Amino acid sequence: MSQKVSCSEFCAFQGTARPYTEEVTSILLIEDDPLVRRSLELALSRHGYTMVTTGTGEEGLSSFEQHVPELVVLDLMLPGIDGFEVCRRLRERSQVPIIMLTARGDDLDVVGGLEAGADDYAVKPVQPAVLDARIRAVLRRAVSEPAGVRAHRGLRIDTESLTVTLDGELVPLTPTELRLLLTLSRAPGRVFTREQLLEEVWEHGYLGDSRLVDNAVMRLRAKLEEDPGRPAFIQTARGFGYRFGPV
Amino acid sequence: MSEPEMSRHETAWRRGLRRVLGALMMGGLRARFVVVFVLVAVLGASAAAWASTQQAARSLAGFSQQQHGQNLVDQVSSAAPAVGYPPSEEDLEQLRDSAGDNALAVYEGASSSSGVFAGSQALGVTSAEMREAVGQAAGEGRAYTEQVVVDGAPWLVVGTPVMVTDPAGGRAASGVEVYAAQDLSGVEEELAGLTRSSVTTSALVLPVAVVLALLAAHTVLAPVRKLSTTARKLADGDLEARTEPRGVDELAALARTVDEMAESLQDSMVSMARMQEDAKRFAADVSHELRTPLTTLTAAVEILGDTLQLREETGQETADESDARESARLAITETRRLVQMVEDIMEIARFDSRTAPMHRENTDLASLMSSCIRVRGWSDDVEVLTQDAGQPYSVVADRRRLDVVVANLIGNGLKHGGAPVRVKLFSHADHMAVEVTDSGPGVPPEQLGKLFGRFYKADASRARSAGSGLGLAIALENAELHGGDITVENAPEGGARFTLWLPKQHEDPTCTGGAA
Repeated sequence: MSQKVSCSEFCAFQGTARPYTEEVTSILLIEDDPLVRRSLELALSRHGYTMVTTGTGEEGLSSFEQHVPELVVLDLMLPGIDGFEVCRRLRERSQVPIIMLTARGDDLDVVGGLEAGADDYAVKPVQPAVLDARIRAVLRRAVSEPAGVRAHRGLRIDTESLTVTLDGELVPLTPTELRLLLTLSRAPGRVFTREQLLEEVWEHGYLGDSRLVDNAVMRLRAKLEEDPGRPAFIQTARGFGYRFGPV
Repeated sequence: MSEPEMSRHETAWRRGLRRVLGALMMGGLRARFVVVFVLVAVLGASAAAWASTQQAARSLAGFSQQQHGQNLVDQVSSAAPAVGYPPSEEDLEQLRDSAGDNALAVYEGASSSSGVFAGSQALGVTSAEMREAVGQAAGEGRAYTEQVVVDGAPWLVVGTPVMVTDPAGGRAASGVEVYAAQDLSGVEEELAGLTRSSVTTSALVLPVAVVLALLAAHTVLAPVRKLSTTARKLADGDLEARTEPRGVDELAALARTVDEMAESLQDSMVSMARMQEDAKRFAADVSHELRTPLTTLTAAVEILGDTLQLREETGQETADESDARESARLAITETRRLVQMVEDIMEIARFDSRTAPMHRENTDLASLMSSCIRVRGWSDDVEVLTQDAGQPYSVVADRRRLDVVVANLIGNGLKHGGAPVRVKLFSHADHMAVEVTDSGPGVPPEQLGKLFGRFYKADASRARSAGSGLGLAIALENAELHGGDITVENAPEGGARFTLWLPKQHEDPTCTGGAA
C-alpha cells in the first residue's frame, strides 16, 4: 500500500521548505494510524520531500528494499513487528538516517529507540516544520569542513570524500555518526560538551536530549574502537563531554 | 569518720548500686537471664540448706539430751543401792564417778565435783531453776537437762535425783542429786560441718544454674534472633522473608503474627506496585491517545494555514477563504493550547504516580537562566542580577525541569504582574535562591497560599489566556523533585516575589551519564 506523492507545486514559494534544490529527498514513513500517516505525508511533501508511506513494519521493510529511501521516519508503536525491531533490522543492512516518532513520551521509548540505532527522535504531536528541521539535520553529512585527511593511529578521515577507513578498511557510518566524528576530530584534544555537540551535530537547542550524544558515541565506538571500554579515539571527559584523541 | 564523710560514702555506694542495677536492666536478655537464675538458685539452695541445718541441729541436740539423760538415770540407778543414807563423802564420790568425768553429786551442803564442775563455782554451772526442778522431782528416773556455756564452750548439763526405797516399800527422793555435763563441742562441730557442706552445695549449684540459665536463654533467644532476622530482612525490602515458627508458645505466636503482617504487607506492596504500574500505563496511554489525533491536527492546520497564507500572497482572496484563514488561525492557537494542556496534565499525572524521570546534570544556574530568557525572547523585559558576576552558580539538577520552573516563574510574573521582571541569584552556604519579582500590584494576601493549587487562576476574567492553570503547580513539583521549594510573598517595594530554593549538592560524577 505504498504510494508516492511528489512535491507540491507550491514548494517553490517556500524558501525553507526544500533542503536541496537539485535533488528531491525521498522519505519512507512507517506509521500505523492512517490519519497521522496521511497528514504527515501531506505536510512533509509540502516541505519538499518525496514520500513513501506504509502502515506496518513488515511492509516498511520490504518497501525500504524496493525504494531505497534516503531517510526513514518510523513510528515506534506498530502492529506486528514494532518500531524498535524495524529499526534494528534496518540497521543490519543500511546506514540510512532514522528518525523515530514516539507518542508515549516515556524514557523507555526514547532509550530503546536510540539503542536500536535511531539517529534522532521526535515526540508526537510534532510540528511538521520541526520534523523537517530534524530531517535536514540528520541528512546533512558535513558542515563546511576544510578538505583534507585527518589521520590518527589506523583511522583516516577524508573530509572531502566523506569516507572513514580503519586500517585501510572502509567504516560504514550514518550521516550523524560521520558528523559527530568530523566535529570531534576537527579539534583533537578539545573537549566538546554534550550541549555543544547537540547544537553542532543534531542542530537541537540547548535543551536537547544529551542521550542522543551518548548513544551516538556508543555506536561510533562500537564501529571504531577495538575495545570500546578503553577507547583509543573518542574519550569521555567525565562530567563535561567528549574529546577526540589519545587518553 | 565524720558525719558528712559518712553520707558521702553512702551516696557513692548507692550510686554504684544503681549503676549495677541499671546495667543489669539495660544489658542483654542473656545476661539478665543468668543473673536471675543464679540469684534464684543461690537463694533457694541457701534457704534449703539453712532449713535443713536447723532441722539437723535441733534433732541432734534433742537426741543427745535424751541419750545423756537416760545414761545418767541408768548409771545413777545402778549406783544408788550401794550408797548409804545419809551419804558419806565416799558415797557422793562414788555417785559422782558413776555419772562420768564431768559430774557433780550434791547432798544438802555437801558435794563432790569433777571436771567442769570442779572448783569454787561448782554449783554456779547449773542454774537455780534447774536445781530446784531436780530437787522437787517426784518421779523415778526423771532427768532434767539444760544447755550452758562454761568458759566459752557449750555444755549439756543433765540432772537427776537419787531415789531410795523407804521402809514402807515406796520410792522416795533421797535428797541426793547427781549432775553430769556433756561437752557439746563435738555436736557443734558436726553442725558447722553440715553448714559448710550446704554452703558448698550451694556454691556447686552456681555453675549449674549458669548453664541452665544459658540453656533457657538460648531457647528464648534463638526464636527471638530468628524473628529479629526476619524483621531486618523485611525492613530491607525482602518481603519474602518469614520466620515460620514451630511450637505453640508465646514467642511462636508473636512470630506467626509477624509472618501474617509480612504477608499482608507483601500483598499491599504488590497491589501498590500494580496500582503504580497501572497509573504509569494510564499516563502513557492517555499520552498516546491524545497525541495521535493532535499529530494529525498539528500537521493539518499547518497545511491549512500555509495554503491560505499562500492565497493571500498571490492576491486571490475570497470571503470564504478569509473565514477559513481565521478558522485555521484559531485552530492553530487552540491546538497549541490543547497540546500545552495535555503536556501539563500528563506532567501532573507523572508527579502523582511518582514516575516523573529526573536527569541530573551539573548545571550552571546563571547560564541556564540567561538561555531560558534569551530563547523565549524576554531579554527586554527581564533583568538578571547575580550576587557575584562571573561566579559559577553550580547545582546538580535536571536542566529541562529547572528551565520549566524558571520559565514558569518569569512567565507568570510577566503575564500577571508586569514588566520589568527582576531575577536575582543568591548563593548561600547550603542552597541557591532564585528570586523573581514582578512590577505588578502584588497578590492579595488571602490568595498567596492558593497560588500553587492545580487549576487555580487568580484572575477569573483572564482564564482563557492564562494557560492551563497548572504552571505554578508543576513548577512547585519540579522544585520539590530537586529537594527544593518555592515560596511566594509580596515584595516590600511592591510586586509579587517568588523565590526558588535549591539545595546545593556535591557534584555527582555519575549524574552526567556518559558512554564511557
